[in-house]
Amino acid sequence: MNHDVVVVGGNRTPFAKSGGPLREASNHDLLTSALDGLVARYGLAGTRVGEVAAGAVLKHPRDFNLTREAVLSSALAPETPACDLQQACATGLETTMYIANKIALGQLTHGIAAGTDTASDAPISVSDPLRRILLQASAARSAKARLAAFAKLRPSHLAPLAPRVEEPRTGLSMGEHQALTTERWQVTREEQDEIAVSSHRHLAAAWESGFFDDLVTPYLGLAKDAILRPETSMEALAKLRPVFGGDNGTMTAGNSTALSDGAAAVLLADAAWAKEQGLPALARIVDAEVAAVDHPTGADLLLAPVAATGRILARQGLSIADMDLVEIHEAFASTVAATLKAWQDEDYCTSVGLDGAIGTIDRDHLNVTGSSLATGHPFAATGARLVPTLAKLLHERGPGSRGLISVCAAGGQGLVVLLEAV
Amino acid sequence: MSVLEKAFTSPVGRKVAAKAGLAEPPRLRRGRTYPSGPIVLAALGDSTLGADTLTLLGRPYEAPVLDSGDDPVPGYGDRIGALVVDATALTRVDQLEQLRAVLRPAVRGLEGAGRIILLGRPGTGDWEQRSVARALDGIDRTVAKELRKGATSNLVRVAEGAGPEQLASTLDFVLQGRSAFVDGQTWQVEPADEVAPHSQRPLDGRVIVVTGAARGIGAAIARTLARDGATIVAVDIPAAGESLAAVANEVAGTALQLDITAPDAGARIAAHVAARAEGIHGIVHNAGITRDKMLANTDAARWASVLEVNLVSQMRINEVLLDPSVDGGLLSGGRIVGVASTSGLAGNKGQTNYAASKAGVAGLVQAMAPDLAARGITVNAVAPGFIETDMTARIPFVQREVFRRSNSLSQGGRPVDVAETIGYLLDPASQGVTGQVVRVCGQNLVGA
Repeated sequence: MNHDVVVVGGNRTPFAKSGGPLREASNHDLLTSALDGLVARYGLAGTRVGEVAAGAVLKHPRDFNLTREAVLSSALAPETPACDLQQACATGLETTMYIANKIALGQLTHGIAAGTDTASDAPISVSDPLRRILLQASAARSAKARLAAFAKLRPSHLAPLAPRVEEPRTGLSMGEHQALTTERWQVTREEQDEIAVSSHRHLAAAWESGFFDDLVTPYLGLAKDAILRPETSMEALAKLRPVFGGDNGTMTAGNSTALSDGAAAVLLADAAWAKEQGLPALARIVDAEVAAVDHPTGADLLLAPVAATGRILARQGLSIADMDLVEIHEAFASTVAATLKAWQDEDYCTSVGLDGAIGTIDRDHLNVTGSSLATGHPFAATGARLVPTLAKLLHERGPGSRGLISVCAAGGQGLVVLLEAV
Repeated sequence: MSVLEKAFTSPVGRKVAAKAGLAEPPRLRRGRTYPSGPIVLAALGDSTLGADTLTLLGRPYEAPVLDSGDDPVPGYGDRIGALVVDATALTRVDQLEQLRAVLRPAVRGLEGAGRIILLGRPGTGDWEQRSVARALDGIDRTVAKELRKGATSNLVRVAEGAGPEQLASTLDFVLQGRSAFVDGQTWQVEPADEVAPHSQRPLDGRVIVVTGAARGIGAAIARTLARDGATIVAVDIPAAGESLAAVANEVAGTALQLDITAPDAGARIAAHVAARAEGIHGIVHNAGITRDKMLANTDAARWASVLEVNLVSQMRINEVLLDPSVDGGLLSGGRIVGVASTSGLAGNKGQTNYAASKAGVAGLVQAMAPDLAARGITVNAVAPGFIETDMTARIPFVQREVFRRSNSLSQGGRPVDVAETIGYLLDPASQGVTGQVVRVCGQNLVGA
């Protein structure tokens, strides 16, 4: 890379459970709000930003140009170009790398990467018979023909089709896939509930300390993450019934992420340009690696980041012990647990092409301000939440501090990014 | 809006109210506008201060009509826009007759939203001289109460050694619509070095921090200062971040979500500025809260929270920003503006805690001003009276209407009126104005 790319800072809306306080907001609204908060924090109102890249996983057809439209609704100069990207739950991290790579190549001085999702305003489609009837009616040349078309309508045709969160090639939902992984890696209920409790405790402490004062801007009257349960405990979580893995399953609503609404954005810049502009710099984006596994033939759907982690560390000549902080996206508590087990498993690591086991990290350095279990996980937003959060944490630890972000995604994919504090 | 308020503000209601003596309040002149009629200058004695200052401002002026003392009173013909009386040379009680002689025709011929501006001296010299200085104050306050149609009267005391350069920003402010809701007031201009030249965009390139900027008066301050060229750092509590961001984006400034009572608030403001600019040119301590209860029902928590937010936090922030070793602190020649309140100066039932904090702000700026003079830093406060905001809109209608009309302009002020006064105090040309508390209250009937 020719140019050093730095994370200037970030902004997000508070996250909330779908159907909750942000249910009236569309992806367009959420993304615009996240952008406007970022623009206000860094004094970008009326300026032309090099490019804005964002995406949403659950996207209405009308949002074919979601990011550009949000830019036009925002306080940015209308001459700011934009594009939509999508890589399932890694979208916010992929948009980060898209902008970062352009900056590194000297094509941009600065840009904004973002992601948004709303499970409250998911695109609901109509059944195939209803679609055919509507098409026929619209093509009809007479009232009689139109009536004839509608006469075929049956009540069952009217049931809306919600988007399915399942893998097209296996027919299994993400939770069902993770239940297989949970069993294969023998992740206990207790391990999972501990991760969930720790996520809530850490996030609550971060809010309490004012950590999010310059990372979150309230939206629609919601000032804090609404999924957060500071008082949750092992006892309270132990009472929940399993939702994946059958009656003897260990995955519950308490240790799985909730369907969420929210948006996040991160401001990236060429290091020299940021300095010229009097903008702060938190951390440098060092490298990124994407990986995929063959889940249709049985590979663990959400463990693709393991291979990416091994490869990126090898390329950088670093070991996992060199990481001061690590963020592993909590798709499910058991994803984090299985990832940590896989890192230490020589056989697994070599089976995905690595030279050996990745190793282990001190749990005190993992997800130190909580992660998706407590915060929520609006799919495309999570990556753009993680980047500024980790950048700020590393910056607070001092120059040279290193951190790694690991995000799993649908389709058996995983994206890993390395940051280093400046 | 209550049924009563709807009825009162309907066309029929307005007519009935007018018959009952509650006429439509006069329209005030606002913004960077001068009176439409001519400015008349009356120099009593041999002072040229008023003339020199008007010349410096590039404002032409005319000679006054003098009253002979009998009827009929000689008139001006057309309405005049303002009368500036340079009374800085007056020292004897019998000379006050000269003041009467220029005021009598002028108050009869003054246009709506016109200006009477008295220039006097601070109370120094012998017993009679000091008595005369105070007499001007009584005249100003009374003229302000007698003037109609939104016209105002104010007294500016110019200390010996302060010349046109020091007075220019003040005279311009009082002449212009910016001082719309400042009436019957007296404040002082001191000698000062390095006074910036007068400008209509005085805050160009200056970094101004405004606390409590998310709404109401704070948002108006941000907008008004941005109009005058300032780069705004808009501060408010994190929970108000959504409207704070909207204000910051509107004025192309930056938003800083911060609880000013946090121990590190000053350091965080400095750090925010340090990355972006050389330092802070001015800070407006506008953030404030009320926790109203009669004293008999005021517990320690209500007491403490109001004092903490309205007074203690700004003392703590000032301490950090005034430390010359802090990057992003207040620069030499900088400005500190506090927001007091007529409730603090006059007292207000149910607001002991609030009055303590706001009178405390007035005391604080008076105490700090002399100590910071050597660094060219001025410290002043505004004291708003009844201002139309979301906060005052919650007062029951009848009570609100009474508050509105309890001043010489028969109406509530607007947030922009407070903002304009703050802008004047922040002006680099206002170097000679320090340790002052300027009320923005339309000459509220209560208060000293």
